[in-house]
Amino acid sequence: MKVKQLSIFLENRKGRMRKALDVLEKGGVNIRALSIADTSDFGILRLIVPEPDKTKKLLEDNNFLVKVGEVIAVRMSDRPGGLGEILGILDDSDINLEYLYAFVEEKENGAIVLLHPENIDDGIKALQDGGAEVILAKDIYGL
Amino acid sequence: MIWNEKAECMSENDKEALQLERLQMAVKRAYESVPYYKKRFDELGVKPDDIKTLKDIEKLPFTTKDDLRDAYPFGMFAVPRKEIVEVHTSSGTTGKPTVSGYTRGDLEIWGEVMARGLCMFGVTDDDIIQNTHGYGLFTGGFGVHYGAQKMGATVIPISTGQTKRQIEIMQDFGTSVMIFTPSYGLYLAEEIEEEGIDTKTVGLKAIGFGAEMWTEEMRQEIQKRFNAPAYNIYGLTEVIGPGVGLECSEREGLHISEDHFYPEIIDSDTHDVLPDGEKGELVLTTLTREGTPLIRFRTKDVTKLTRGKCGCGRTLVKMDRVTGRTDDMMKIRGVSVFPSQIEKALLRIDEVEPHYQIIVTRPHLMDEVEVQVEASESLFSDEIKELVGIREKIEDYIHSEIGLRVKVTLVEPKTLPRSEGKAVRVIDKRKL
Repeated sequence: MKVKQLSIFLENRKGRMRKALDVLEKGGVNIRALSIADTSDFGILRLIVPEPDKTKKLLEDNNFLVKVGEVIAVRMSDRPGGLGEILGILDDSDINLEYLYAFVEEKENGAIVLLHPENIDDGIKALQDGGAEVILAKDIYGL
Repeated sequence: MIWNEKAECMSENDKEALQLERLQMAVKRAYESVPYYKKRFDELGVKPDDIKTLKDIEKLPFTTKDDLRDAYPFGMFAVPRKEIVEVHTSSGTTGKPTVSGYTRGDLEIWGEVMARGLCMFGVTDDDIIQNTHGYGLFTGGFGVHYGAQKMGATVIPISTGQTKRQIEIMQDFGTSVMIFTPSYGLYLAEEIEEEGIDTKTVGLKAIGFGAEMWTEEMRQEIQKRFNAPAYNIYGLTEVIGPGVGLECSEREGLHISEDHFYPEIIDSDTHDVLPDGEKGELVLTTLTREGTPLIRFRTKDVTKLTRGKCGCGRTLVKMDRVTGRTDDMMKIRGVSVFPSQIEKALLRIDEVEPHYQIIVTRPHLMDEVEVQVEASESLFSDEIKELVGIREKIEDYIHSEIGLRVKVTLVEPKTLPRSEGKAVRVIDKRKL
């Protein structure tokens, strides 16, 4: 149920993001989803990739600071209000979200949201109980 | 005007005779009253009686800041503690500071040498001196204060900061002499102008400044802004405080009161004494201090000595303004800071010493410090708010260690330069 996510520390400086992406390109890593959180002097690049552990090592070999964390992937309908429904479920269960990011899934005419609640197990349970479609990790990596 | 013509204009012969007499007494007192000196002298096999000429001082051991720290708190006192009427300390890099104890006689000397300096600046008992140096354990404020009192001038002990109040008092009280650090002086000038007051109409007669390194350009700028001459003050807490070296009207070096302090310049590697005119580390011996006499104290300040009669009429030796250090001490906004203090603060965050670099700039008159810290596995978190929290925690730790606010930036691993395995710790861009 839990999807592995790589978090990469980046300085907020010209060319840093590009350098990380170059490393992934050379290693033949195709990024499934990505988001960036930033402050004025540093940022965190969050990635979903098919082989998280291998990619972590690749990045670390290139001097990047990487942590592997977990997020929940939920499929939602690609229409106005789709995301709101998911958030509503968490809200009703009184679960706080640290952050989320989403992308559109062309094949299924749907969209996928990646969620990082404070407690990931509670989050999964609440979402499933609320009728949300929580996707398996292998389905995300293989997209 | 010369405050003490007898002492400040002695012939070389008279001066050397007086110095030898006082040195012999100082060495004897140190040997007999301070166990530390007795031990060191005995180790080297020298006795106070071995001092037959001034040059014999070279037989004596050096004293370092570490030696003083080891004697914390009162181990260097040469008189019973009861006779000490005041203490000051200098900042400690590894916990304990060094303590300087003053007898009534020491305070008298301090006032005397500082009064000589104020007199060099053209100050008289009719002047109003606004002393922005801090009053406290540091010697900055009190040294100038005692000199002003000795002279009989009116002293405003306003201390550092409260810039608006400084400006108000300058105007209302009719301050004629300002004492400040160069960077605070420039900041003050700017604030005054901001209030729509022409600094030139403040009517200053003289400015005394010390406690940090500066450039001739900074002096010119301050003199232009305030339309008054600015004079350099040198001193260090271990020796007595401000008043060891002071600039006369020639403004070409600082006169050292040689009847109280005996200066030498050494090569800090070979420890050889260098001839006049050669740059090296300043070593000072106190000839008259009673509380904490110092024998050949290594200041780690780099300068050179020039002898001969000065244009002002004085015969006291002159030292150049200090242009560097033999160690890695930095002066930030007048405060002494060692990279090791910052390292200590970083070690509180993480068991492993992180790679860091200190960048000192002076973007706009005031010194700014940025500490770049390489993020590591243990420092890194997936949460922005945690990372920001770690950064703030480092800033707080450094603040409590050095007393100054610095900006901490987390940088990527292995991005800070390393040379031969050892990192370049400090980049000073101030062009001092």
